[in-house]
Amino acid sequence: MEHEKQGFVSKYVFSYDHKMIGKQYFTLAMSMGFIGGILAVLIRLQLGFPSKPWPFLENLFPVGMASGIMTPEFYVSLFTMHGTIMVFFLLSLLPVSGFGNFLIPLQIGARDMAFPFLNMLSFWTVVPGAIIIIISFFVEGGAAASGWTAYPPLSAIRSAIPGSDLGQTLWLVGMIFFVASFTMGGLNFVVTILNLRTKGLRMMRMPLTTWAQFVVGILGLLSFPALAAGALLLTFDRSLGTSFFLPAGIFIGDTLMPHEGGTPLLWQHLFWFLGHPEVYIIMLPAMGFTSDILATFCRRPIFGYRSMVYAIGAIGTLSFLVWGHHMFVSGMSPFLGSLFVVTTLAIAIPSAVKAFNWLFTIARARIQFTSASLFGLGVVSLFVTGGLTGIFLGTNATDIQLHDTYFVVGHFHFIMAGAGLFGAFGAVYYWYPKMFGRMLSERLGKIHFWITFVAYYAVFFPMHYLGVSGMMRRIYDPNVYEYLQPLQPVNLFITISAFVLFAGQLIFIYNYFASMRTGAPATANPWNAAGLEWSAPAHPGHGNWEGEIPPAHRWPYDYSEPGKKRDFTPQWEA
Amino acid sequence: MAKVSSWTTGATAPIDAARTSSDRRHINRLGLLVALGGITMLFAAFTSAYIVRSGGGDWTALELPPVLWMSTGLILVSSLTLELARRAFRDRNLASFRSWSAATAALGTGFLASQYAAWLSLNEAGIYLQSHPKSSFFFVLTGVHAVHLLAGVVALLALFGLAAAGRLVPGRSDAPTLTAIYWHFVGGLWIYLLAVLSLLG
Repeated sequence: MEHEKQGFVSKYVFSYDHKMIGKQYFTLAMSMGFIGGILAVLIRLQLGFPSKPWPFLENLFPVGMASGIMTPEFYVSLFTMHGTIMVFFLLSLLPVSGFGNFLIPLQIGARDMAFPFLNMLSFWTVVPGAIIIIISFFVEGGAAASGWTAYPPLSAIRSAIPGSDLGQTLWLVGMIFFVASFTMGGLNFVVTILNLRTKGLRMMRMPLTTWAQFVVGILGLLSFPALAAGALLLTFDRSLGTSFFLPAGIFIGDTLMPHEGGTPLLWQHLFWFLGHPEVYIIMLPAMGFTSDILATFCRRPIFGYRSMVYAIGAIGTLSFLVWGHHMFVSGMSPFLGSLFVVTTLAIAIPSAVKAFNWLFTIARARIQFTSASLFGLGVVSLFVTGGLTGIFLGTNATDIQLHDTYFVVGHFHFIMAGAGLFGAFGAVYYWYPKMFGRMLSERLGKIHFWITFVAYYAVFFPMHYLGVSGMMRRIYDPNVYEYLQPLQPVNLFITISAFVLFAGQLIFIYNYFASMRTGAPATANPWNAAGLEWSAPAHPGHGNWEGEIPPAHRWPYDYSEPGKKRDFTPQWEA
Repeated sequence: MAKVSSWTTGATAPIDAARTSSDRRHINRLGLLVALGGITMLFAAFTSAYIVRSGGGDWTALELPPVLWMSTGLILVSSLTLELARRAFRDRNLASFRSWSAATAALGTGFLASQYAAWLSLNEAGIYLQSHPKSSFFFVLTGVHAVHLLAGVVALLALFGLAAAGRLVPGRSDAPTLTAIYWHFVGGLWIYLLAVLSLLG
C-alpha cells in the first residue's frame, strides 16, 4: 500500500485510518475512565469515612467539599457522573468503539471500515460530548445528580435539586452527542462486517470477537434511538413546559409545579429499553475477547463455536425483552412482572452456554499464563459470580427486597462493569503488539492482574452483604440509620480495597504508555495465534496489508490439530 | 474509487475498502437501509410513548389542521417527481434530471411550508406545544419529521448542484437512487405519522 507522507494533523487528529481512530477512542476512553475512577475514590472516601473533614480537598472542590466535608449535593453528582462516565464513556467506548474499530477490518481482512469518513466523524462527535460531560462539574449547581438513569422528576424539574439545573442540561446535551456518535459507529460495524469480509471468510468462520461486535452494532442501532427520543421529550419537559414525564401535584419547596398528567414511568420504559441492551453492548465484546484469548492461550479450538455464535445472537435478541426487570418495584402489574422474570431468566441459558464452553475450552488444557489469559480467566470468574447474583435480582420476589440496595451495586459491578473491564484489559494485553508494534511488560501485567483481581473481589463482593443487610444504593451517609452503623467496618474495608484497586490501575497506565517506547519489539504474530489479524505486519500501516489481502481458508481456532507438526494453523494458510 | 480530497493540510485520502464500484454501491445502499432502521426505531419509540401517554386522564383530542392534507398531497407528488428524475437519470437525460430533482426539492420545501402553516393555524386556535399532551406530541412528531425531511431537501439540492457541475455520471453514480430511497422513506414516514395522529388517541 501507499505510505504517503502524512502531516501530524492527518495522522493523529483527523485520521481516516480505522486503527488510528480506534486508538483515539482508546485515549479518550482511558482518560474518561481515569476521571470516573477518581469519582469512585471520592464516593468511597465518603462512605468509608462519613462526613470526615479532608481539608486539603477543599482546595480542589471549593463548593462540593466546603471546609473539607463532602456535601450531599456533591455526593449525588459524584455517583451520577461516575455511572454515566463509566457506562458510556469507558465501557462502551473502549471495547466497542476502540477495539471494534481497531479489530474488525483486521479480523475480517478489509483495508478499512466501510465508511472511513463517517468513522472519523463519529469520533469527533463523541469528543464534544465527553468535554461537555466533564465541564458540567464546573457550572453553577454542579453536575447532574439524578443518577445515571436520569429518572424524572429529579431530572425534569430544573429547580428540584442543584444538579437538576444546568448540570442536567449539559448531561442531556452530552448524551445526545454520544448517541449520535455511537449509532454512526454501529452502522459502520454492521455494513463493514456484512460486506467487506475477505475471500473465504464466511460468517461462520468469523472470530467470536467480530461476531460480538456485529451484534453490538445492531443492538446500538436499535436501542439508542429510544434514548434519543426520551432525551428529546425530557428536554421539552425541562425547558418548554410540556408534561410527558411529569404528573400533577409536584411541589418544589412551597411551589406547585404547573405540570399535569405525565408519567415518570414512561421515561423508565424508554430508558431501560436502551439501558438493558446497553448492558450487553458492554458485555458481548468482552465475551468475544475472552473466547479468542482463551483459545489462543489454551492452544485449543474454542469449544462449541456454533453454540457460541447462537448464544451471542440469543443474548442480543433477549436483551430487548427484559427491560422491565429494572422496574419490578415501579408498581407494574405482577403478571407483567412475571413475564419479565421469565424472559430475564431465559438469558441464563445462552449465558450458561458461554460459561460452560469457556470451561470446556480450559478444561485439561495446558494454559499459558500470560497477562491476557489471566484477564480472560478473570472474565469467566466475574461473569459466573455476577451471573449467580443476577438470578436473585431477575426474580421479582427477591428483587423487591434487594432493589436499590448495595446488592445491586455489587451485582452489576461484577457482571457488566467487571467482566466488561477485565475483557477490555485482556484485549489490550493481547492485541497491544498489533496496535503499537511493541510488547507490554508481562511482569507489570501480571502484577496489575493480581492486584486488580483480588482488590476487585474485595471491593464488590462484600457489597452483596451490605445490600442484604439493607444498605441503600445511593445513600450519602449510612450512619444516620442505627441499623446500618454496625456495617461501618465493612464499608471501611471496601474503601481501602477501592484505593488499592485504583492504585493498581496506575501500573497499567504506566505499562501502556511506557511500553510504546521501551517495550520489546513485537513480531507479526507474537502469540502464535491463528486469527487473520496476525497475518498483518507487526505495526500495520494505513491499508493494513502490504500486498494482497490474505484469504481465509479456515476458521480462526485451529489449535493443536492431531498429526500436525505445528500446534496451530493460521486462518490464512490452506 | 474516487479519492476525496481532504480539507485538512496534507491529509491522505481515506482508503476505500470496497474492491469494486458495485461493491461500493452495495455498501452505500446497505448503509442507508441500516440508518433507516435506526430512524424507524426513533419513531417507534415516539409512538410507544404516544400510546402510553394517551392513556393518561388529561389526554384531549386535537382536531388536525386541514392544511395537513395539502402537505400530504405535496409529499406524494414529490415522490412521483423524484421517480421521474431518476428515470431521466437512467436515460442519461441530465437536463430533465435537473429539472425534476429541482421540482422535487421545491415540493419538499412546499411541504415544510405547509407544515409550518399547520403549526401557525394551531397557534391561532390557541393551541401550543405545551397546551396538552396531544398537542405536545403533535409538535414533537411533526417537528422531528420536518428535520428529517429537511435533510432530504438538502440532499436533493446537493444532487442538483452535482448534476449542474457535471459530477453525476449516469450508470455510475448511485446518489440519485440513494436520495430517492431516503425521500420515499421520509414520505412514507409522514403517512404513518398522519395515521397515528388521526387514528390513535
